[in-house]
This record gives sequence, C-alpha cells and structure tokens, in this order.
Amino acid sequence: MPLSLQELADQLRTAFVGAEVRVEDLTGGGDHFAATIISTAFAGKLPIARHRMVYAVLGDAMKSDIHALALTIRTPDETAGGDPK
Amino acid sequence: MTDLNPELKTRIEQTISKEPVMLFMKGNPSMPQCGFSAEVVSVLKELGVPFGSHNILSDPDLREGLKAYANWPTFPQLWVSGELVGGCDIVRDMHAKGELGLLLAPFKK
Repeated sequence: MPLSLQELADQLRTAFVGAEVRVEDLTGGGDHFAATIISTAFAGKLPIARHRMVYAVLGDAMKSDIHALALTIRTPDETAGGDPK
Repeated sequence: MTDLNPELKTRIEQTISKEPVMLFMKGNPSMPQCGFSAEVVSVLKELGVPFGSHNILSDPDLREGLKAYANWPTFPQLWVSGELVGGCDIVRDMHAKGELGLLLAPFKK
C-alpha cells in the first residue's frame, strides 16, 4: 500500500519532536521518498546510528511500503554553516 | 532482533568477509540494477579501491537475512573489514567530506 507524504512526515514529526522535517515523493508513486530531518536528537550520533533511528521510527513501512528512502539527517548546528546541497 | 538460522548466519558472515571492502548491491558493478547501487559503485571506482560485490537480487535468502543481521533495511550496503559503513546516502556524504577516501586508503592497490 502506498504511503502518503503526509503520513511519512507525520510519523517523523511525532518521533522527532521539534524537528524540521521535509519530505518529497521522488516518483509520485508513494514508495520512493526523500526526507530531510533536522533535529537536536542526532547530536553526537554517527551517520549510521542516525539512519537506524529513522528506520526504527518507520518500522514496518520500511519493510513493505517504502522501496527507497534517501535521507539527509543533520543537527541544527550542522546546518548553520550552510547546507552543502 | 530476528533469529537467523545458523547456516544462513554463517553464510552471511563469510560473504561479508570475502573481501575487505564488500558491496551488497542490486545487480553487479558492470550492470547495476538500481540508481543507488550504481552511485556507490561509481564512488568506489572513482576512489580506485578494489571491492567485492554480491548481487542480492539473485540471492533472496541472503537479502532478507542480511537486513536482519545488519539491522539495516535497505540496499546497497557497504561493508568494510566486516563492519557496515552504510548505504548510498552515507557513502555519498562521507565521500563529499573526504572521509570515505581516508577510510578506504589502506585497501587501495
């Protein structure tokens, strides 16, 4: 079952309270997404741990609905110097 | 944590340690079947690091088992010296910061 952008954003905002969350449906099909999450929750965590935190929030959706999820995960401090993208 | 059957677990561990740098991907390096896998292959080639690869599309048992073993739900997965480095986003980020080249420098020919 395709996941709506709204559902994806809601799940992330609920889990990472106060985070800046941007989501994008890359193909319009509800299964290839990109998400940017900026939260203090990621401070002091290595990239792999940050990704696992996000995957854990999405849980079963990662196993079924979501075929691809490109993640940009930062802390507010890391973005202060300018987003390299 | 999913309990993996011991035979599959052994096979996963053997495959991860087949080469110091191992890429679990969709397709193979000369013909990747997914844009994210293709991107990681191109970064590794750019760095000039020899790497082994395993096509998870032709190995469904290992594909599902490795997700549980790694606690990582997607492919590609880049493993170095038996440890998961990450998927395409992490590889791209580390490469942009020059960190991947440093990590992989010992394995260059």
